[in-house]
Amino acid sequence: MLLIRCPYCGERSEIEFANGGEAHIARPADPMSRTDEEWAQYLYMRDNPKGLIAERWRHAHGCNRFFNALRDTRTDRFVMTYEMGRPRPEIDAATAAEAAR
Amino acid sequence: MTFLEKNGMSFLFKPRVRSVRADGVGAAHCRPTGLAARGMNMQKFSALSLAQKALGGHLGWTPQWRSVAPKPAYDIVIVGGGGHGLGTAYYLARQHGLRNIAVIERGWLAGGNTARNTTIIRSNYLFNESSSYYEHSLKLWENLSQELNYNVMFSQRGCLMVAHTVHDVQVFKRHVHANRLNGIDNEWLSAEEAKAFCPPLNISPNIRYPVLGASLQRRAGTARHDAVAWGFARAASDMGVDIIENCEVTGILRGPGGEVRGVETTRGTIRAGKVGVSAAGHSSVVMGMAGIRLPLQSNPLQALVSEPVKPAFPTIVMSNTIHAYISQSDKGEMVIGAGTDSYVSYTQRGGLHIPAHTLEAICELFPMFRRLRMLRSWGGITDNTPDRSPITAKTPVPGLYVNCGWGTGGFKATPGAANLFAWTIARDEPHPINAPFTIERFRDGVMIDEAAAAAVAH
Ligand SMILES: Cc1cc2nc3c(=O)[nH]c(=O)nc-3n(C[C@H](O)[C@H](O)[C@H](O)COP(=O)(O)OP(=O)(O)OC[C@H]3O[C@@H](n4cnc5c(N)ncnc54)[C@H](O)[C@@H]3O)c2cc1C
Ligand SMILES: [Zn+2]
Repeated sequence: MLLIRCPYCGERSEIEFANGGEAHIARPADPMSRTDEEWAQYLYMRDNPKGLIAERWRHAHGCNRFFNALRDTRTDRFVMTYEMGRPRPEIDAATAAEAAR
Repeated sequence: MTFLEKNGMSFLFKPRVRSVRADGVGAAHCRPTGLAARGMNMQKFSALSLAQKALGGHLGWTPQWRSVAPKPAYDIVIVGGGGHGLGTAYYLARQHGLRNIAVIERGWLAGGNTARNTTIIRSNYLFNESSSYYEHSLKLWENLSQELNYNVMFSQRGCLMVAHTVHDVQVFKRHVHANRLNGIDNEWLSAEEAKAFCPPLNISPNIRYPVLGASLQRRAGTARHDAVAWGFARAASDMGVDIIENCEVTGILRGPGGEVRGVETTRGTIRAGKVGVSAAGHSSVVMGMAGIRLPLQSNPLQALVSEPVKPAFPTIVMSNTIHAYISQSDKGEMVIGAGTDSYVSYTQRGGLHIPAHTLEAICELFPMFRRLRMLRSWGGITDNTPDRSPITAKTPVPGLYVNCGWGTGGFKATPGAANLFAWTIARDEPHPINAPFTIERFRDGVMIDEAAAAAVAH
């Protein structure tokens, strides 16, 4: 079971959380001008990365707030969690290597 | 049940009686076509050859497929040596007369989801598109051992899907009616009838989620996971297909017009006119090498087996609502499947709370298993689409084909998907059965929404 750090409540076990899929997927600002292909990309197509992923979690059985996390999908190690609205953090090579270990 | 035992070949020698339905459902569809096209190097299994080898101390068995180094070029390269990829190569050779084919596998043969699944085979899906695809596969299963001359231990012991809520009852009856309109067997049983069919089932009204009834597909069953892959590998190899293990595809080569030219691998460049990707949990990774994003999320799915016990469980029972499914392997282990872990992962692990939740359900539905010890648990990485239906299709890249999105339920489709993927690659167009299963259905809004119909691992 994953140990997840809610930015508001601290470390809690995974069963308190709901995963919300890939983060930073912005709804098209001008929906009417988008093609069907662009809508499909927004709604359904995913990077599904093997490596670092930025993903959403919701502390469903806690404060009930959404937040984002950076995690390596090869090891399930978290690099960090951060508040909604912040851009995807840049991390250095050493931190990435540690998450992949 | 485990891939660790892939070297134990003794299951091959088990006599097996195939059940034939009195009403002949499925009988006319796919007759075995014989072994006419076979080469000379494959040993044929028969009662006589088994007896001879047994008396000779089991000396003289030869490898079941050729071990080869990759050639510089092939007509067709299949990426992924699971059941689907191996089967695709087999049908390309067998039905489309193509021979210059390689199957490229990054690990060992069928060490992915083929080795990790709970082997439930059924075709009682809701929508016409799905039920014809899965039924196509089920009919191929019914003759697969004969066609491959290899015992895949297909056992049509039935699959009981138990209903715990009024909504379950309505949904399952809807499935029963939809299936019967499509000529696919599926029937509704009362709780008492379900118990008569599967005596260990607890139908007490006092449990937390009482059994209100069940649907039963009698032609459903299980098969030996490794044997399917090995049988396809053996037959394909015999027709000249090269099976290359420990060779990871790291890039997809393109020509000036964007068309596929081959693959880059950890064992060098391999040129090919056509590339078919059948990489299950790694589909996004491999297709990403050609710049194609897919509507997939890779999640761990876990299963576990108990210590082996004497035959105690006559069928397969699935409960979608409380997330458990169970059958007994021929070795005696209870084979139990859980739900998916919620997050994207390539670890082949998952959290212990998921199988624990499943075991709670198993213990309530089958109190006699409460003291059974669990031996092993493991995970596989399943490639899930938003509508929980697969993709078997051409792609925007000429010469590149993809068979993926089978997620938690593609073992049952192994011969069917392989057969139709081979068709799609050989003819550069889909067969009518897999024509709806495109990537573009997500753009065009023509989903095949089995997710809404029955959101469950299977
Ligand atoms: C726990 C569990 C239980 C399941 N239960 C059922 C069930 O009861 N019934 C059912 O119908 N289905 C079930 N499934 C789903 C089923 O296992 C899969 O849908 C099916 O086996 C997929 O077959 P495949 O041949 O496509 O995949 P795999 O056997 O996973 O083959 C894909 C292969 O591609 C290889 N590969 C990946 N990337 C590369 C690369 N870059 N280069 C070369 N090779 C590569 C992998 O190593 C792998 O061997 C279950 C799955 C799991 C994990
Ligand atoms: Zn919180």
